[in-house]
Amino acid sequence: MPGTRFFPVRRSSPTTRLPWTKGCLTLPLLLLGACNTVVLNPAGDVALQQGNLVIFATVLMLVIVVPVIALVCLFAWRYRASNEEATYEPDWDHSTQLELLIWAAPLLIIICLGAVTWTATHLLDPYRPIERIAKGRPVAPNTKPLDVQVVALDWKWLFIYPEYGIATVNELAAPVDRPIRFRITASSVMNAFYVPDLAGMIYAMPSMETKLHAVINKKGNYAGFSSNYSGAGFSGMRFRFHGLDDAGFAAWVAKNKAAPLPLSRGNYLKLEKPSENTPVMRFAAVAPGLFDAVVNQCVRPGTTCMSDMMRHDAGDTAAMKHMPDKGNAQKPKPEEALTGGDAGEAPTKNPKDVQQRSNASPSNPTTL
Amino acid sequence: MQTTTHPAISPILGRFTLESLPLHEPIVVATFVAVAIGGIALLAALTYFKLWAYLWKEWFTTVDHKRIGIMYMILGIVMLLRGFSDAIMMRLQQAMAFGNEGYLNAHHYDQVFTAHGVIMIFFVAMPIVTGLMNYVVPLQIGARDVSFPFLNNFSFWMTASGAVMVMMSLFVGEFAQTGWLAMPPLSGIGFSPGVGVDYYIWSLQIAGVGTLLSGVNLICTIVKMRAPGMTMMKMPIFCWTALCTNILIVAAFPVLTAVLALLSLDRYADTAFFTNTLGGNPMMYVNLIWIWGHPEVYILILPMFGVFSEVTSTFSGKRLFGYTSMVYATCVITLLAYLVWLHHFFTMGSGASVNSFFGITTMIISIPTGAKIFNWLFTMYRGRIRFELPMMWTVAFMITFTLGGMTGVLLAVPPADFVLHNSLFLVAHFHNVIIGGVLFGAFAAINYWWPKAFGFKLNQFWGKLSFWLWVSGFYFAFVPLYVLGLMGVTRRLRTFEDPSYQIWFLIAAFGAFLVALGIAAMLIQFAVSIRDRKKLVDVTGDPWNGRTLEWATSSPPPDYNFAFTPIVHDGDAWADMKARGYQRPTSGYKDIHMPSNTGTGVILGALSTAFGVGMIWYVWWLAGLSFIGILAVAIGHTFNYKRDYHIPAADVTREEDARTAALAGAAA
Repeated sequence: MPGTRFFPVRRSSPTTRLPWTKGCLTLPLLLLGACNTVVLNPAGDVALQQGNLVIFATVLMLVIVVPVIALVCLFAWRYRASNEEATYEPDWDHSTQLELLIWAAPLLIIICLGAVTWTATHLLDPYRPIERIAKGRPVAPNTKPLDVQVVALDWKWLFIYPEYGIATVNELAAPVDRPIRFRITASSVMNAFYVPDLAGMIYAMPSMETKLHAVINKKGNYAGFSSNYSGAGFSGMRFRFHGLDDAGFAAWVAKNKAAPLPLSRGNYLKLEKPSENTPVMRFAAVAPGLFDAVVNQCVRPGTTCMSDMMRHDAGDTAAMKHMPDKGNAQKPKPEEALTGGDAGEAPTKNPKDVQQRSNASPSNPTTL
Repeated sequence: MQTTTHPAISPILGRFTLESLPLHEPIVVATFVAVAIGGIALLAALTYFKLWAYLWKEWFTTVDHKRIGIMYMILGIVMLLRGFSDAIMMRLQQAMAFGNEGYLNAHHYDQVFTAHGVIMIFFVAMPIVTGLMNYVVPLQIGARDVSFPFLNNFSFWMTASGAVMVMMSLFVGEFAQTGWLAMPPLSGIGFSPGVGVDYYIWSLQIAGVGTLLSGVNLICTIVKMRAPGMTMMKMPIFCWTALCTNILIVAAFPVLTAVLALLSLDRYADTAFFTNTLGGNPMMYVNLIWIWGHPEVYILILPMFGVFSEVTSTFSGKRLFGYTSMVYATCVITLLAYLVWLHHFFTMGSGASVNSFFGITTMIISIPTGAKIFNWLFTMYRGRIRFELPMMWTVAFMITFTLGGMTGVLLAVPPADFVLHNSLFLVAHFHNVIIGGVLFGAFAAINYWWPKAFGFKLNQFWGKLSFWLWVSGFYFAFVPLYVLGLMGVTRRLRTFEDPSYQIWFLIAAFGAFLVALGIAAMLIQFAVSIRDRKKLVDVTGDPWNGRTLEWATSSPPPDYNFAFTPIVHDGDAWADMKARGYQRPTSGYKDIHMPSNTGTGVILGALSTAFGVGMIWYVWWLAGLSFIGILAVAIGHTFNYKRDYHIPAADVTREEDARTAALAGAAA
């Protein structure tokens, strides 16, 4: 369905997102402010700190870069061959003071930037629970973060909310100012989970779990996508992230609770089949332990979880009691596809638009 | 993990069928028709003008480092045209595809960006760098050839063989749709069952043999074949950068070979090195490929640093400022190149300490690099700068590369990388350093050494036009990508929703169009200069008032480079000789011992192509026979005892007398 836009396009709000003080410091950034540079002006505190670091590091380096470029232009002009008045010293090729300066100047900048890098990398480590909601607003003790489990599928995003027992495809929501704790994995190939307004990206990798801590500070409808190329349907792997107030979030949860389908393991197996430009889907319930089974590649009944296999390899023979007969574990039976009409809101895509990931099962077009 | 059933594999044709030909892609078919017509015209012309024997005897089988160098450069420039066509296709697709599908489907577009990266790095930048080193290094150190002349010819044909396979994938089958580093699990057999990734693997493996052997060859040449008196610290700076580059090649390329071999085992033999299950781990591939991949960017840039040093010093009419610190800076970069690979994937979730370690080591590289920029700056200081084309490219480099270096250090800050990684900001950054560094360097070098290679200068008008089109085209094409990166746009996207991006993509497409004109102007520059070669002729052999030994001999140099091996007393050997009133000897020539041409390299290259094709298409008989053929020819070559000959003193005398007469004629 080329030409159809599934989601409203985001426009920057009329109130400028660029604080005046920052804009005055760096004129180019002011110009950039005109075109919604979300990386520098995001709506979430973690992304904001990262964006500020981009600006800080740039300004720090301009301290040396601007003089260098100016000197290149100056020397190129002053010592042009036609300028006979300029001094000419063909054999001058060494000066200890200058050598000291040209090694020391970049060194000082790098010492400064290195120190900032060390602290910022630790403070903004995506695995580290956040300590503040925004500048000057520490996270209140006993705050329970919102848990979201993220699975990058071919080519769509599955979000599981264990606290609420719901799941969605290609739509993420969180209450404003509540810390969010993401656990992230992928079903088949590598992707990266990225909501520029919320926080920096982190890879979503099959058989592995990554983590991300973040918070959204403003209500809004933000863009999210995969930022690591993952095959034919990669461009359509977008979702919307809604920053909602508490009431709005409760309503959103209730809306999902009212969805007709649960995310059973069977439904997950249908869902994980490749599909492109997938519309939003909602699931009222989620099979217990689904995310861990996805990480350990054992959603399909009869497959051994990788964690069990590793325990077995480490000597714990009991861990392999579910080991299936070799041979039938890896042979999926063709299953009926889960159609968008069962759980989605938007109309189903025409099956012939959907490109298969591989020629593995050409007789089984997936329509999601 | 998905399991895949292949259609039946024919014992004769492997998995090739008529359906493998991309007849359903009108763009590819039209390209094929154009290439076929052009190719047939070229072959017909070669036959008509009876040039086959000349090409075979004088070029294909040559072991002369100068001719091999020129062949590398031609290969690089031809492949630049292919790689740039891919770039234009991407820019058009991204400028169009707002709310629609654009004109390329995913299968085609994903091949285009993969091929663009692979071709530009392996078959444009690498041949140009290797070609330059091949041509210039022996002349600069006063040698008659490289240490292993036959190996040099063989290396070239292996590189050419890889290029042939990449080009073949355009018309027969498909190329990889994985991105230029073919990361698993996407590049595994489950998710990429076609021939694309196999084309990728075998073209790089075969070209990689050539690159590695040429690295060994040049290290040996630089270490063992310097003219008497040329101590390491009196070596021209380009030779130092070439030495460091080749050390990087020899240390890094085996890693690429190994990681691609493991990937091939996963694909061909069902092993599980990089699979999701059965104990495989794709993260290992990512680490290994970047352990090769990061040194690779220094392999490309270091020789260009050498070029800029030579050019700045020559055209400022001054000794290079801070030669010693330049040498140490180069060595430090060589070492540090191995300690930074993880900065390519901070977002993989390594701990904060690991990330900051690699971030800071990356920043440290900017210290010697910054020192180099200052050294060039102070070489210009109190000089007499002649703004010939090579110097114009150098000044453009200094400004452009400084900006690219700055964005590079920015990306080395892990939390900043989290919001810029894989974005168009990153794409803009590495094009900023690769175009602004490697390509500008290549163009400076071509304009600088062309008179040496062919005996006439390049046309100034078309050269300047090309310069301005390239430089302005670069900024138009990549500043918008920096902006888009800050707007949160990621790379390798085929379609877009947000219309506010489109204006920037249109500007970028305009920039790419300017670059296209710049390339055209450069080709016209070559053609016009060849046409006007009598007018542009340089008989002195030293048109720029050069400072290093390659300018001491004639242009083009005779087969034996130097009738007498020069004796070196100073870093800028030729400038020193000129200053001390050096008189060219005009008598007393002796027989000169030279290596003989051989066709073995061409044959091995052709057999390697056949082997690669057999492996790619599962045509096992072809792979087996050609592999046996490679072994047989290689062993057979060891029994070839007619490897060398002597140029008789009479011939040397005739050649040198002609030069004496030409010099006298020019002076009169």
